[in-house]
Amino acid sequence: MLLKIKFSQQRRVHLAQGLWLLSWMAVMWGVIIFCLGVYLKTELLRRAEVMDNTEIHVVPNILMMVGLASIGTNWVASRACQDSLDATRFPRWKVFLLAWFAVAAVLCCLLIAVVVLSYALQGSLEESLKVGLRNGIRFYKDTDVPGRCFQKETIDRLQMEFRCCGNSNFKDWFEVQWVNNRYLDFTSKDVKDRIRSNVDGRYLLDGVPFSCCNPASPRPCLQLQLTDNSAHYNYEYQSEELNLYSRGCRQALTDYFMELMNSTGPGVLSVVLIQLSVCLSLRYLQTAVEGAMALEDPEGDSEGYLLEKGVKETIEDLKANALKMLKFGQVDPNAAEGSSEAADAEKAEKTASPTPAS
Amino acid sequence: MVVMKMKFPFQKRVKLAQGLWLLSWCAAISGAITFSLGCILKTELRRRAEVMDNSDIHVVPNTLMIVGLASLGINYFASKICQDALDAGRFPRWKNMLKPYFAVSCFFTVLMLLAVIMSFAMKGSLESSLKVGLRNGIRFYKDTDTPGRCFQKQNIDRLQMDFHCCGNNDFRDWFEVQWISNRYLDFSSKEVKDRIKSNVDGRYLLDGVPFSCCNPSSPRPCIQFQLTNNSAHYNYDYQTEELNIYLRGCREALVHYYMGLMNAIGAGVLSVFLLQASVLVSLRFLQTSMEAVAGNENTEIETEGYLLEKPLKETIMEYIEPVMKFFLLTNQVEEGTPGAPAST
Repeated sequence: MLLKIKFSQQRRVHLAQGLWLLSWMAVMWGVIIFCLGVYLKTELLRRAEVMDNTEIHVVPNILMMVGLASIGTNWVASRACQDSLDATRFPRWKVFLLAWFAVAAVLCCLLIAVVVLSYALQGSLEESLKVGLRNGIRFYKDTDVPGRCFQKETIDRLQMEFRCCGNSNFKDWFEVQWVNNRYLDFTSKDVKDRIRSNVDGRYLLDGVPFSCCNPASPRPCLQLQLTDNSAHYNYEYQSEELNLYSRGCRQALTDYFMELMNSTGPGVLSVVLIQLSVCLSLRYLQTAVEGAMALEDPEGDSEGYLLEKGVKETIEDLKANALKMLKFGQVDPNAAEGSSEAADAEKAEKTASPTPAS
Repeated sequence: MVVMKMKFPFQKRVKLAQGLWLLSWCAAISGAITFSLGCILKTELRRRAEVMDNSDIHVVPNTLMIVGLASLGINYFASKICQDALDAGRFPRWKNMLKPYFAVSCFFTVLMLLAVIMSFAMKGSLESSLKVGLRNGIRFYKDTDTPGRCFQKQNIDRLQMDFHCCGNNDFRDWFEVQWISNRYLDFSSKEVKDRIKSNVDGRYLLDGVPFSCCNPSSPRPCIQFQLTNNSAHYNYDYQTEELNIYLRGCREALVHYYMGLMNAIGAGVLSVFLLQASVLVSLRFLQTSMEAVAGNENTEIETEGYLLEKPLKETIMEYIEPVMKFFLLTNQVEEGTPGAPAST
């Protein structure tokens, strides 16, 4: 027996009451996890136009699923411990509880997986943002193309809200034409020069849109001719820091989403702890009550334990049961021969199974 | 003549006491809500305090906070009184306290109503405060090197970006002030010299606006400078261009925002006022019907409850008389006139 504890009737009653409270607390935490998942999903969807793929959505999806599942699981646990002190109603929970423990174990694993994923998917998020922002900047000028006409407003509001400029930094704007041809005077010499200066015939300039401007700058914003020191009075391109936002939008967005996901980390870990404690308490309650029911005096002391046999033996038992269930579907030509053959086969498997376990 | 007499059999008194207990706790929660609404309004007003000239408007959230706290106390006592009301042994100890209690409660309830009225009536004061505050903000926009004013630029920029507005009345307010600091002007350039000579005060005025006036919804990259010159930009018409910069003035935007907030809060506080008034009326009925029981051996008799013993005017005079006597007494010149003030 693993981790035996003696339970008097009083102690069993206290355990049942404590477990009832704990399972309702776990239900509440499940609701909180679900809401966290919904919030994270909403935030990711808000910025969906600058993301290329939706791989990162697996984190909020799992959070929502686990939240809902844990509400159901812990509600079932509270019903089970309500029935536990009633000798007539408890036996029907016997098989159900085995399934419950399996589900609870899966939930805990999923929660830990979510925490790991939220750190591991940072690279994927950055890649997705890199491609999405590159497209956004490229299509900034296409305010007359259906399907892309809001790209300009999206990028402008993004840069103003997150206080960032461009993809990696503001120089990304120098490499694309972000002024639409409708607003370029093709008879002017300046426009003709710029268009001839590159192979693709694009109107490139060393300027950025107004949404890159930093309000904290002491001087009115300089948007155009940024690399030309002589174009502006008392201006030096290399040492000017406050004029525009120096951070790139990819960095800004990654930081924001990572912070959001990391802040859910402690909440998720505490849910794991609570779920584990509900699991353990329910196991002790189940074994203690079953032990009490087997006694002549149901109000006497009984023993509660975690596992009936040691860990290794329990795993072997589970394996044997699983294999038996799989064999149940097999065709038997001769029932008697089949049963002895099956017994031999089981024995062979039992001797064979310790080897992979050890 | 008694005002609003009503008959109260025993069962009705019991139900009144129970209902009043519940109602007073609801009113206490509403009082807490009123307090938090006052806090919210105060915080929002303080966030934009730099573009307001005076703080007259702050009387609305201050009153709401005071009334909210007072109503917590009033309703706590109301619940205690109605708990004791049906107990003939404990009710008499409240006897002396009830008159001042009602006076104070009525005062704070009327104050609540005044707060709601003020939140609608003070729109003009708010507008004139914003007018002066924004005018100063725009004038000191360029003074990023003057201590005490160095954050004006950032404040005005963020204000215009948050509220989607430009200037005081509209964007032309920027044409009338120099919003570029002299540190960034090349005084050897001809253009600068021309502009400075063009007006009496020697200011560098231009038909341009800061970048924070730019509207992101515009299909074309923002045109900030030479706004009135159609030939300076390709395919541009000053008169018909609507989306380039924000057309609304910041004064209008801020007034709209604050009036919306105060109207919503006013509607909530009005319902709290109705709740509070009903608590006081019910308590008065309970008090008067229980007073008639006092002294009787049989506590289950039917009694009459009323609102006021005398008509309204006489009751008000009765309450104001001690206050007036107190004030007159302190102002009286002591000429040796005999006669001590009669205590009521």
